[in-house]
Amino acid sequence: MNIRIIKENLVRRTMFGLCLFVLSLTFLMAFGLYQRSKPILAIKSLKDLLFSSIWHPTQGHFGLSSFIAGTFWVTAIAVIIAVPLSILTAIYVSEYAPKRIRNLAKPIIDLLAGISPIIFGVWGIIAIVPLVRDYLMPFFSERFPFFPFVSDNYTGFSALTGGIVLAVMTFPIIISVVEEVLRTVPFEIREASLALGATKWQTIKYTVLKKAKPGIIAAIILGLSRAFGETMAVLMVAGCALHTFTKSIFDTAYPLPALIANTYGEMMSIPLYDAAVLLAAFILLIVTSLFNMLGWGILLRIERKQTSG
Amino acid sequence: MDKRKIEENIFKGLMIFSTSIVVGSLVLILVTIFLKGFPALNLDMLIKTPKGGYYLGKEGGILNAILGSLVLGIGATFLALLVSLPIVFYLNLYLKKNSRFALLVRFFLDVLWGIPSIVYGAFGFILMVFFGLRASLLAGTITVALLIIPIMARSMDEVLKMIPFELKEASYALGATKLETAIKVIFRQALPGILTAILIAFGRGIGDAAAVLFTASFTDSLPYSLFKPVATLPLAIFFQLGTPFPEVQQRGYASALVLTALVLFISILSRILSKRFTKHTIK
Repeated sequence: MNIRIIKENLVRRTMFGLCLFVLSLTFLMAFGLYQRSKPILAIKSLKDLLFSSIWHPTQGHFGLSSFIAGTFWVTAIAVIIAVPLSILTAIYVSEYAPKRIRNLAKPIIDLLAGISPIIFGVWGIIAIVPLVRDYLMPFFSERFPFFPFVSDNYTGFSALTGGIVLAVMTFPIIISVVEEVLRTVPFEIREASLALGATKWQTIKYTVLKKAKPGIIAAIILGLSRAFGETMAVLMVAGCALHTFTKSIFDTAYPLPALIANTYGEMMSIPLYDAAVLLAAFILLIVTSLFNMLGWGILLRIERKQTSG
Repeated sequence: MDKRKIEENIFKGLMIFSTSIVVGSLVLILVTIFLKGFPALNLDMLIKTPKGGYYLGKEGGILNAILGSLVLGIGATFLALLVSLPIVFYLNLYLKKNSRFALLVRFFLDVLWGIPSIVYGAFGFILMVFFGLRASLLAGTITVALLIIPIMARSMDEVLKMIPFELKEASYALGATKLETAIKVIFRQALPGILTAILIAFGRGIGDAAAVLFTASFTDSLPYSLFKPVATLPLAIFFQLGTPFPEVQQRGYASALVLTALVLFISILSRILSKRFTKHTIK
């Protein structure tokens, strides 16, 4: 046989193999993490692990609920801040902004996506911690002395600080997906609406956003999942104190990813500790991959509708 | 004034406000890091390794971490390239345009892209234990490579999708195999985009801390063996800020400036390169 054809076939098989590798990687990771967290699942019920808040690795207590609560607080704050700002920015950049501003804003948003999580953490310590400690916390605890603003943590390292830093980190993903979605809305729809005498904002509100709704939901899901799994920046600014159950935005929060990162040194020295931590990683993997499948699945459907119709 | 006009203006104002916050936050990050880091930066930091008691405020520098990050980042980028490039060529050249398999691979690349780096770190740790490795440059490199494969493959895929169909047809018509077409025609045409994708992945690779925490560990010596721990810049920043000593924290800020400058440099370089190499492509 011709040597060129042999080469061709060999390469084709290798390429196919590599594709299979990528396809299986998610499952491989899930399988590996599950295998390693089995020892603890064999002893304790999942209900115990997820809903107990007692975390004493040395005494064999591995309740994850305070970490799960921490994750929810931080993620919720981040999403509440990031979603409106990102969507409005995306609409401005793709619908309103003059070309010059658009060409300026795009690389800046790309750059924001490329900055290391650690740098966000450093910025959080320098800028956001004092902001929360000296301004936001005194202001809110004086004017609104009720849930969720009451706290006895005056350090500035809090769920709110983590949420603000996370919000900035999720801007790029939400903005870029929403922008992409807005671009798929056919131009004719806008023209039709404008021709009927609607203002630009009315056009966006009643036609463009309506059409883009599923895509915007996908963008929110992807942003949420990004905030859910972010580790180092949150570890640096959210306080991460053990044995506190976050009840206020000014309390410290100790989210799951931070727990995993913080135990790298001691994990192997206490029995079952590594299984508990890898179970946390397993939960993180399952939740983020489901969110991502949902988000990208929605976007895929939009794209297919586009090409078929 | 007309009610519709008022609504229009309110929302336009809100949009401009949001955009300024988003853009402003990046500017604020860069300015704070620069203002805090620059006064603490000195040449010693860049050319010395930590001496005894560095984390207590004694002399030394972070050369170990700078070199460690570069070596690990380059190694991981190279490994990721070995996987990503064949995959994107397969997706774009070997498979039909609306192939189900290609759809599936792209979908899973997207999903992998969204999995947090700490999970890659934990998985790398499991692999390491499974193969009997210790925390080392090798383990860190493999973990970071896994982390950046989806980033690299997705951006390369975007580039290859843009290649005009006629170019492939012309090459096939001359009797070239798909492989020859890929290497001699498509690769050249896509080179600027491929370089950009490589640099984006490299930047992400050197910036990540969560994935190397378990797998590469940390050390005060320069990287010298694949099987020994290696220091990385993000972790150096993390540890320096974690100490209670103001002098050491100052150095942490300076290290943060070094990392930010490195990432900015890579990002700007990728823009310049992608412009320069477009000279050789057919439009």
